[in-house]
Amino acid sequence: MKQFQYQRASTQQGVLEAISKPGTKIIAGGTNLVDHMKHGLIAPDKLVDITHLPLKGITPTKTGLHLGTLALNSVVSEDALVLQKQPLLSMALKAGASPQLRNMATVGGNMMQRTRCTYFYDTTMPCNKREPGTGCGAMEGYNRMHAIFGASAQCIAVHPSDMCVALAALDATVIVVGKKGQRHIPFTEFHRLPDDHPELDNHLAKDEMIIGVDIPDNNFAKNSYYLKVRDRQSYAFALVSVAAALDLSGGTIKKARLAMGGVAHKPWRLFEAEKFMEGKSVTEETFKQAAQIALQGAKAYEYNAFKLKLAPASIVEALKQASGLA
Amino acid sequence: MTNDHPTSGITRVDGRLKVTGAIRYAAEYPFPGLVYGALVSSTIAKGTITGINSKAAENLPGVVAVISHLNAPKVPGYQGKGDEDGPVLKTFNDNKIYFNGQPVVLVIANTFERAKYAASQIKITYQQEKHQTNIEAGLRDTIKPWGDGSDYVRGQANAYQTAPVKIEAEYRTPIHVHNAMEPFAMTALWNGDKVTVYTKSQYIKGMQREIMSMFNLPEENVTVNSKVIGGAFGSGSPLWPYAKAALIGAKMIGKPLKVVIDRGQMFTMVGYRSPAIQKLGMGATADGKLVGITHLATGETATYEQFAEGITSTTNILYDCPNVNTQYRITKLDLSVPTYTRGPGETTGVFALESAMDELAHALNMDPLELRKKNYSERDQEENLPWSSKYLNECYEMGAAHFGWEKRNQKPGSVTKDGWLVGYGVSNGVYGAGRAPCVAKARLSADGILLIQSSTSDMGPGTATVMVKIASGIINIPVENIKFELGNSSLPAAPGEYGSMTTSSVGSAVYDVCTALNEQFNQLDGKSGTAHPDYTRILKEHNLPYVEVTHKSQGSPDAQKFSTHAYCVHFVEVNVHPTLGTVKVTRVVAALDGGKILNPITARSQVIGGAVWGIGMALMEGGVLDHRYGKYVNNSLGDYHVASNADVPQIEVLFVDKADPVTNPMGSKGIGEVTIVGFAAAVANAVFNATGKRVRDLPITPDKLV
Repeated sequence: MKQFQYQRASTQQGVLEAISKPGTKIIAGGTNLVDHMKHGLIAPDKLVDITHLPLKGITPTKTGLHLGTLALNSVVSEDALVLQKQPLLSMALKAGASPQLRNMATVGGNMMQRTRCTYFYDTTMPCNKREPGTGCGAMEGYNRMHAIFGASAQCIAVHPSDMCVALAALDATVIVVGKKGQRHIPFTEFHRLPDDHPELDNHLAKDEMIIGVDIPDNNFAKNSYYLKVRDRQSYAFALVSVAAALDLSGGTIKKARLAMGGVAHKPWRLFEAEKFMEGKSVTEETFKQAAQIALQGAKAYEYNAFKLKLAPASIVEALKQASGLA
Repeated sequence: MTNDHPTSGITRVDGRLKVTGAIRYAAEYPFPGLVYGALVSSTIAKGTITGINSKAAENLPGVVAVISHLNAPKVPGYQGKGDEDGPVLKTFNDNKIYFNGQPVVLVIANTFERAKYAASQIKITYQQEKHQTNIEAGLRDTIKPWGDGSDYVRGQANAYQTAPVKIEAEYRTPIHVHNAMEPFAMTALWNGDKVTVYTKSQYIKGMQREIMSMFNLPEENVTVNSKVIGGAFGSGSPLWPYAKAALIGAKMIGKPLKVVIDRGQMFTMVGYRSPAIQKLGMGATADGKLVGITHLATGETATYEQFAEGITSTTNILYDCPNVNTQYRITKLDLSVPTYTRGPGETTGVFALESAMDELAHALNMDPLELRKKNYSERDQEENLPWSSKYLNECYEMGAAHFGWEKRNQKPGSVTKDGWLVGYGVSNGVYGAGRAPCVAKARLSADGILLIQSSTSDMGPGTATVMVKIASGIINIPVENIKFELGNSSLPAAPGEYGSMTTSSVGSAVYDVCTALNEQFNQLDGKSGTAHPDYTRILKEHNLPYVEVTHKSQGSPDAQKFSTHAYCVHFVEVNVHPTLGTVKVTRVVAALDGGKILNPITARSQVIGGAVWGIGMALMEGGVLDHRYGKYVNNSLGDYHVASNADVPQIEVLFVDKADPVTNPMGSKGIGEVTIVGFAAAVANAVFNATGKRVRDLPITPDKLV
């Protein structure tokens, strides 16, 4: 590993100054960043440690719940307010990684984690995300874990997070701060599709940092479910995952929220399927039709064609679990 | 004896050292002036190195040396090898590349981190040649690994085709990487032409011989230490290229050198289980008596070294069947050489054989356990020998009763519970219970301590523990006064710890040497026989500090008149999600005939270990290559899945616990390998019972069932 400087930041201003210089990276839990350094994907000159900033809080606001960027995944998943107001988020967090990792990983770090595409990790392989212009190893390679939505000719990688799928479904907002001040980004617009710049995972500017996430209050708590389909029952990334949240009135769907993980370069919100379900009755048929709508435009590659069947099956199962139909 | 919650036997004699971290693994021996080596791996699968630019690396702080074929001295043991018999991998003595991930340069620095970083700065250029790493492509270009011995025919070949009820099926198993928790490491210290190494070795005397021949050294000049092993699973026997690199490097720089390979290198530098493609044909009469079995298997080997294993051997002996023909071929690929892995050969072959039996039972509309009982083999039809002992029927009875097999529904897909499909599966595991010659030395001292020594290993099963247990049955002193020393090549010669032979081989030597010790004491006391002497009184009376006996043990010639195997029957319940295709193993009952069970606590742990690896093999394990590069694309523990705790249910272990009268004086039969052999088929059969879908290519991941 290349030698680097380590700086413990004591103020937000200090972090912003540090990251304004090239070669500096923010470190919080380090569960993904340190891997990148070990694998030789990045070799920063300096790490600025933000874990001592007062950004750990999980606090109620007038309109919802605020998660500080440094709130640990394990703490958020067991927080009484989260469990009461946003159980979907807790379920998603517990489906991710392992207890050891969740004890280190933070909200902001989870959002900033990068794809686990093997071609991205292996510096002897081509990868447009790691090294733009070298090609996509996965496109014609082993792409079992890869995207069926929103991929480009440059990149078919998926975002690996579970937490982010729930936050995308829950209409969360990301609060970031830069030298010019704060801005609020809808969670669904924080991460980006690869297009011609797969090296960019999200819309966070180089001189900005995440300070927290707001989740608006909703009526989904009673009828939400996070389903993760994976190759083993713990500590594996999603083949596909589904965050389903329903606001039900009798047997009718007043509001629906649906997002998927393991299928795209970003948490994949299924707006059209949601719209279709609203006003419909809670039946398996409704869910099957929603799943069909959700899969429109899906495109598979040599090894991930199974996702075209697994994704709709997962949507139906998650909606059944959320609605109590299961 | 049922043994769900064993209270008999002794706990691990080194358990406290292990759980407190006090025990030292291969990479944990400190030496003054120790330097660290990091290996650079090839990034092409076939060709030659045309240049190595190491200037940048050499100029980095702390770098001691950069070693490759460009500067390493000629290794005596490589000379005269290769050419006629085909190429031979000569680490650091030529520029040939035989696989992607081959160690080609060793960078030595004064810290591990500096060595790793400097290794990343080495630039290598290659002349690349076209490679082939796909076994499917190699199917037409195969060799007979054992010449004519690669084929076996009893009765008529392909007789299954004439049977009233028959099935034909093709099965695929992937590469399995051992993935021991402990990475391989070697610390090498040269003193003139004497060398001492600290490493992990399942075969200490064998590794000593390999180092002797590599450098043309006499036995007394080579010492191999391997006191404790953090998992090996078959990968720990050869002197691998990484270890040769460490030996060459340490000799060149004249300092103690430690080389540890990383997780990715564990996929290419220390062997793996060969993938296999197997065709099974099986036919029976309408009432389920076998007419014929045909089993054709193809495995894989490297271009520079041949590896072969007994994939079809179980088919020759497991069932009473007049017509059996089996064939085993291998194809040469541009991959590193495979090696023995978790029930080598048998595990691969029995997955196909026991899946096919289940398919035949379904075709016959017969209970698969009944089909197995109906074709029970009363003698070894291949060798035409009686079994020394066989309590497989007892395993069936005991396991079926405990599991509740009678509740199985013959019709697939007919049982659901909480929205999941439920299925039952059964499979046989069989493994030869071999024994090899072994020497042990025992010394009983005036302080009442018995020390027994033999150069065996402990790769996890608790070798020293069972040896102490065996000795405690013969030498009448408190068990805590009995010590067993292993893990050093200067101790009396023991065979390798593999093939389920250790308890039988080393245990017999311990048994015999302790018996001889009793005789010696009784002689001193003017008595004959092996009755318990009063050791300390006799030593005192004769004014002796100790009595010491060395004894070599081997099986009696009579043992050749019998065929000896251990058996393990797995009963497995699975839940399969009807629309998502996820599989959960929800119950396991393992019923074993391992002869007399010498130390139930650790024996049970071995059976549990076999089942845990079996769950991995059935549901998740598989090394995946991108054949364009001949390179693994899941070479980490994040991507190569083994079972997590959440995947493992309660595993119930039952032992028949009846002595084998032939193999060894304890009456035991080795159980290390047999505990995994049939497991994956039991899961696949249970998945079929749950869903009606037959998965013939492992692992059974959700994509194959959705």
